[in-house]
Amino acid sequence: MEELILQAENVSYAYEEEAAPALRDVSLGIRAGEMTAVLGHNGSGKSTLAKLLNGLYAPTAGKVTVCGMDTALDEYTWQIRQAAGLVFQNPDNQLVASIVRDDVAFGLENTGVPSEKMPAIIEKALRAVGMLEFIDRAPHTLSGGQKQRIAIAGILAMRPRALILDEATAMLDPKGRQEVFSVVERLNREKGITVVWITHFMEEAARCRRVIVMDQGKCVMDGTPREVFSQAEKLRSLRLDVPPMVALGDLLRARGLNISRDAMDVESMAGEVLKCQ
Amino acid sequence: MPIKIEHMSHTYQPGTPFKSDALEDIDFTIEDGDLLALIGHTGSGKSTLAQHLNGLLTPTAGRVLVDGQDINGKDVNRRALRQRVGLLFQYAEYQLFEETVYKDIAFGPKNQGLSGEKLDRRVRAAFDKVHLPPETLEKSPFELSGGQMRRVALAGVVAMEPEVLVLDEPIAGLDPKGRDELTEIIHELHRGGVTIVLISHNMDDVARIATKVAVLERGRLAMLGTPREIFSRGDELEAMGLDVPQTIQLCRALRAGGLEVPDCLTGEELCEAICAAKGVPSHA
Repeated sequence: MEELILQAENVSYAYEEEAAPALRDVSLGIRAGEMTAVLGHNGSGKSTLAKLLNGLYAPTAGKVTVCGMDTALDEYTWQIRQAAGLVFQNPDNQLVASIVRDDVAFGLENTGVPSEKMPAIIEKALRAVGMLEFIDRAPHTLSGGQKQRIAIAGILAMRPRALILDEATAMLDPKGRQEVFSVVERLNREKGITVVWITHFMEEAARCRRVIVMDQGKCVMDGTPREVFSQAEKLRSLRLDVPPMVALGDLLRARGLNISRDAMDVESMAGEVLKCQ
Repeated sequence: MPIKIEHMSHTYQPGTPFKSDALEDIDFTIEDGDLLALIGHTGSGKSTLAQHLNGLLTPTAGRVLVDGQDINGKDVNRRALRQRVGLLFQYAEYQLFEETVYKDIAFGPKNQGLSGEKLDRRVRAAFDKVHLPPETLEKSPFELSGGQMRRVALAGVVAMEPEVLVLDEPIAGLDPKGRDELTEIIHELHRGGVTIVLISHNMDDVARIATKVAVLERGRLAMLGTPREIFSRGDELEAMGLDVPQTIQLCRALRAGGLEVPDCLTGEELCEAICAAKGVPSHA
């Protein structure tokens, strides 16, 4: 059996001031090396799930483990945060230093890495996100996409097993969105980092290996993009869209064209349309 | 009430080492009834341009004429002129401050001097246009979801009854349903006769509802035309770091593969074009 990096068992979570729980009895396991998208409308519990999966919140009921460590136990707090890093939505809220180099070093300094080893680790992390040339820049001179990549580098420096990104591209323009998604995709593919990608963008989800859909604090769909996006009516009832190419595929199949349900992006759809009779 | 932008430039911090040209020689007219989408990469000058349309910023060179009058002119009633153009800022929900949604919407018209029944009618009419559940009117705006708060902010601008509405990324950060709902509200306001300037990164929406598209690049007006004209120049848009709607991307890929289809802006249109090119009989 594959190793579960992140695991939630019958997890519920209620914010103190809210009557209704934000998560209700959620059980799921994220396997090592997986890239999983989490979809759901605002208020569906996606962000709460993200914060539970790296131990920022402890569950009200149930149990969350990160690499086998129970997030409810204080003794593991630092190891858990190191193992599963969290990137937030707003690029301006997560950089702390006045120079990129120091920002990436920030987490490291808290983990007791000897200072002579730091420069090499920082450079490696920045290279991995394609930002090495910006090492001496001030974060405020960078674009949103660049800032998010710096935030990711700060986590990479800690050598995490998993990266959890909570709508990390929501406030970016198309170019920035593409930059950040590609970097994360590559980290998953080349370094085997487990990724939980929380998003509103269906075309991003279509590029992940697994898609989980949240609604009213529950996990209501879980499967490959093909399995999830083939249920267009159900998605719409959950206030979600299907990616444009999936919607087009439905229209074309309704007209009798033999288009595979796996065609979910422009490139594969073009291939299908060109070869079908 | 057309807005004529005449050779307008804007320089931030002129005469200092930090001087930067945000807009250079912008020259075009927003006509009555347009739903003009303003697109461009971050930093291309979209928001700076938007803030000139109601006099929030003053051009460093050139003029902005509303209904033929310079909105920064000395001899005109500038305040009245500027009120005819309403501006909704990015993430406008952060600017709500009143105890109830009603009071928040009433804030603008009250400052215009309205009171009593007139004010009440104005607030309710604006509230109706943003399709919120009736009971939210007396709620605190801070009890609402982000998307609902955004709509309250929009109602606050609509309540001023502007003839032109300038919306700076109104759907940014909303979930898909919230995006669709707000886009539909904007579409309805437009059909109701309001001229709209819409800043957006969502090319699929722009393709669907805009009557005209203006593309800014590094402070200059790079393109102006109908959505079809603009999106058929996909290579140039991509070179500027902009998205092209996926339907258009597919049309290009199909043509490259030898299937002759015209550029299509919607899935339905594209389905018809593919069926026609493949000789699939139509439904009818």
